[in-house]
Amino acid sequence: MLRLLASGLCCVRGSRKVFDNINFQLASGEALALVGPNGSGKSSLLRLIAGLLRPAAGQIELEGGAAERTVGEQAHYLGHLDALKPSLTVAENIGFWAKYLGADGASVDPALAEVGLAGLPDLPAAYLSAGQRRRLSLARLVAVPRPIWLLDEPTSALDSAGQARLAELMRVHLGGGGMILAATHGPLGIEARELRLGAPA
Amino acid sequence: MMALSALLVRDMHLSFRVGGGALMGVLFFLIVVTLVPFAVGPDLAQLRRIGPAILWLGALLASLLTLDRLLAADHEDGSLDLLLMGTTPLELAVLAKAAAHWITTGLPLVVATPLLGLFLNLEPVAIGAVALTLLVGTPALTGIGLIGAALSVALRRGGLLLPLLVLPLTVPVLIFGVAAANAAVAGPMSFGAPFLILCALTLGSLVLGPFAAAAALRHGLE
Repeated sequence: MLRLLASGLCCVRGSRKVFDNINFQLASGEALALVGPNGSGKSSLLRLIAGLLRPAAGQIELEGGAAERTVGEQAHYLGHLDALKPSLTVAENIGFWAKYLGADGASVDPALAEVGLAGLPDLPAAYLSAGQRRRLSLARLVAVPRPIWLLDEPTSALDSAGQARLAELMRVHLGGGGMILAATHGPLGIEARELRLGAPA
Repeated sequence: MMALSALLVRDMHLSFRVGGGALMGVLFFLIVVTLVPFAVGPDLAQLRRIGPAILWLGALLASLLTLDRLLAADHEDGSLDLLLMGTTPLELAVLAKAAAHWITTGLPLVVATPLLGLFLNLEPVAIGAVALTLLVGTPALTGIGLIGAALSVALRRGGLLLPLLVLPLTVPVLIFGVAAANAAVAGPMSFGAPFLILCALTLGSLVLGPFAAAAALRHGLE
């Protein structure tokens, strides 16, 4: 049983306080939807949990996780940038991240099939559409098992079939004891508690 | 270990594919060295005298050319975020990236040196000496450049800052590289002393570079 605890989180960017005193708890199998207007710090909160930003105050802990790893090393971050190299093929892109993040190469093909890209492994990523790039990024989350998913606008650019597939992937992840934090403006397609971030100061 | 070899192979793939910088450095090296006789005149004795210095300057500028993409490309497409979230220490990850950079841009310069040495009327001994000093010295350029590449990413000032940061730091490498190459041909110094200092500079920069670069990248997380 994992439990993600955040207490008193404060984020300052460029001398502007984005949010202050954010507290939440998340247990295995739970999803949290971060909602709020533009500039309220949804993306910043995700990057903070991923360890890509330093909190000005407060703490993030993962109870029951691997003790020698940071929270960020047990999390997947799906941001606006997709970390794909246009000159590498679909299979090379996902294969690299699977190996770098510690999974074996065997998980790549099933992951591509899960996100509906099974027919395109040899296509250079430069020729993918925005939605296909999004699907390829999602394949990384499937190929490498990590308990926390940090999703920034996960449904953007996905067609309705893609959104349904994403919802199914999230349900499977939650069912396997994972947890999800997603910044979103629309419906996620899964049961999720809401954490509302305030209006920009 | 598998993560590092995956990163090394990926970066080498990238630089040999379309838009990569592998050939760019060698072609730039070729052009710089070819331009020199037009500038200083076709005096063979003079070219022979300044040949090692020209080859070293050309290699220095050529290896600088592709350095700004070393970390900036990964920063811009979000790969750097994921590298930071990996379980591999960032120091080793940037060392693997530096190794890939050297294999694809530094090593071709060493290979091209004998041909360009002929252009400059160098004797076989001098060509060998320059190639050997470049083989030992170009990793130092990559190691020092790694720090500059990380700083320019962390400071968000793009690649223009990079030569200003890196070139002054490469002065010792240039001095001892050219000194060793000249000593092998003309004397009066022995080849060994400046060459060993060059080796020391390379080893030092390969240890310092990854730590300084990783520290700069982590500090840039603001």
